[in-house]
Amino acid sequence: MNNDAMIFKTEERAQINLRALYSSYGYSQYKMSKFEEYDLYVKNKDFLLSGDMITFTDASGKLMALKPDVTMSIIKNSTEGESLRKVFYTENVYRMPKGSRAFKEIMQVGLECIGEVDEYAVCEVLMLATKSLGCISPSWTMDVSHLGIVSGVLEYAGLGEEKEQILSLLGEKNVGGIKELCAKKGVSEEKAALVEKLATVSGNIKTVGDVVDGFAVNECAKLAVDSLKTLLNEIERTGGANVNVDFSVSSNMKYYNGIVFCGFIDGIPSSILSGGQYDNLMKRMGKSSKAIGFAVQLDLLERFEQSKKKYDFDVLVVTGDASISKINDTVSALKKEGKSVYVSKSASAFVKCASVVTVGKGE
Amino acid sequence: MDKFINVALPKGRLGEKVYEFFEKAGYECPAIKEVNRKLVFENERLGVRYFWVKPSDVAIYVERGAADIGVAGKDILLEYEPDVYELLDLKKGKCYMAVATMADFLDDTDRTLRVATKFSNIAQNYYRAKGRDIDIIHLNGSIEIAPVLGLSDVIVDIVETGSTLRENNLVVREKIVDISARLIANKANYKFKRTVIDDIVKKIGLIVENL
Repeated sequence: MNNDAMIFKTEERAQINLRALYSSYGYSQYKMSKFEEYDLYVKNKDFLLSGDMITFTDASGKLMALKPDVTMSIIKNSTEGESLRKVFYTENVYRMPKGSRAFKEIMQVGLECIGEVDEYAVCEVLMLATKSLGCISPSWTMDVSHLGIVSGVLEYAGLGEEKEQILSLLGEKNVGGIKELCAKKGVSEEKAALVEKLATVSGNIKTVGDVVDGFAVNECAKLAVDSLKTLLNEIERTGGANVNVDFSVSSNMKYYNGIVFCGFIDGIPSSILSGGQYDNLMKRMGKSSKAIGFAVQLDLLERFEQSKKKYDFDVLVVTGDASISKINDTVSALKKEGKSVYVSKSASAFVKCASVVTVGKGE
Repeated sequence: MDKFINVALPKGRLGEKVYEFFEKAGYECPAIKEVNRKLVFENERLGVRYFWVKPSDVAIYVERGAADIGVAGKDILLEYEPDVYELLDLKKGKCYMAVATMADFLDDTDRTLRVATKFSNIAQNYYRAKGRDIDIIHLNGSIEIAPVLGLSDVIVDIVETGSTLRENNLVVREKIVDISARLIANKANYKFKRTVIDDIVKKIGLIVENL
């Protein structure tokens, strides 16, 4: 058994690789405390994936929460007028997953880019997202959407007020539901077809470029189409072949605007990476600068083993009545071969080893 | 990843009807028609694997990726709100969710309304939108008996033909939403098995349209 594979779990190895990746692109690590004042989360509770938090009162009587999210703490501590701040974090956050009645500790690695976010910065974040997925497994894919396009098309179809409903239907790729809603609201067939297309279009920018052009129905959508195409063509050029346009990436428009994306790994049943541009959240928190970031949910890797462990250790060394030096010599010899050993006086029922070496006579 | 496409079907009449769609679409698995107690059936040549599960569990199998696609009632999707793609309305198992009461029931809006139901989430959302204060009584079956015995004022339940309601002297007061079977897919697995899933959706879509 390879030593590295034995010591590091998939998620731990991924964490180390991601830290190295982000540092090499000029992101500095942001270490934060486990707690935050509850007040911070109250106003923007639906930004969090689950509203439930573990709260407690501290010594001064303030209501505190165990961090359910890192992004908001980073925004709070960002100062206005900074040119561009690039940070990454590896933190455990505490949330109650949907449909569950128990809190879960979630291991998260992510990065945030706050300040003068220009086209290159957005591109860099997207590229780092694809590289992050590539660090974990060679078989990955990432969906990218632009909320400017979604907004523009919905406005064009006269569905501005049904935005939330449509967004959730888009998230389900529920064409039937969209058809029904459009018919109910008296949206013309041609416009309804365009909205339906938002739900069905999916593919590489090279193959669906023309369809995406078709969404440039007004000023807002046109700007977004141009920016999405520029970005994805550049990502494609630099080797991000598994990146697809897909408007089912569901995000809350109260917080996000612009590019939103989510990444998948073959073999993990839910999205492992998600992020986007969240200028709206910045505004809500009283900051005027732009921001973009993403988080990778590493705890999902727990069930993602490339190869299942067959043994606890390589060699079981049964010592019986052998002398210490004889045992030590045997162990050193095995260690030189790179084997992991479990030394025991008699055969052990607690561990399973690939082979057995008997040093002394049995008891 | 597993090269098979895993399909979770709801045990029972609806599942059998829906399997016929898959068969007509060219994804047949003759073993499924043998009478036995097996739950998993494969057609290795076509790379498709079917399994029968409890109807209310289909969404769980799909959401957690044990099945790539599955067939679940809209009632289950509304109740549990699983994070899945809803790709197609199969227009089978049609019925609707409704509020029913005893025929002689008079709603006293001055009181908390006692609602007996299997679908707590749907009932909760429906009455929250109306701003009505309710007391949910979650039952697992024989909902119709609740108002008869005075356990609740109204029930929120699925109505197919209405005969069970009539036999228990109940009438439909409000219709909440139409229900039918839907083809759902796991969001992540869909990304990696899209060609096959899209093909199934397209072919079954045509069959459903021409019914």
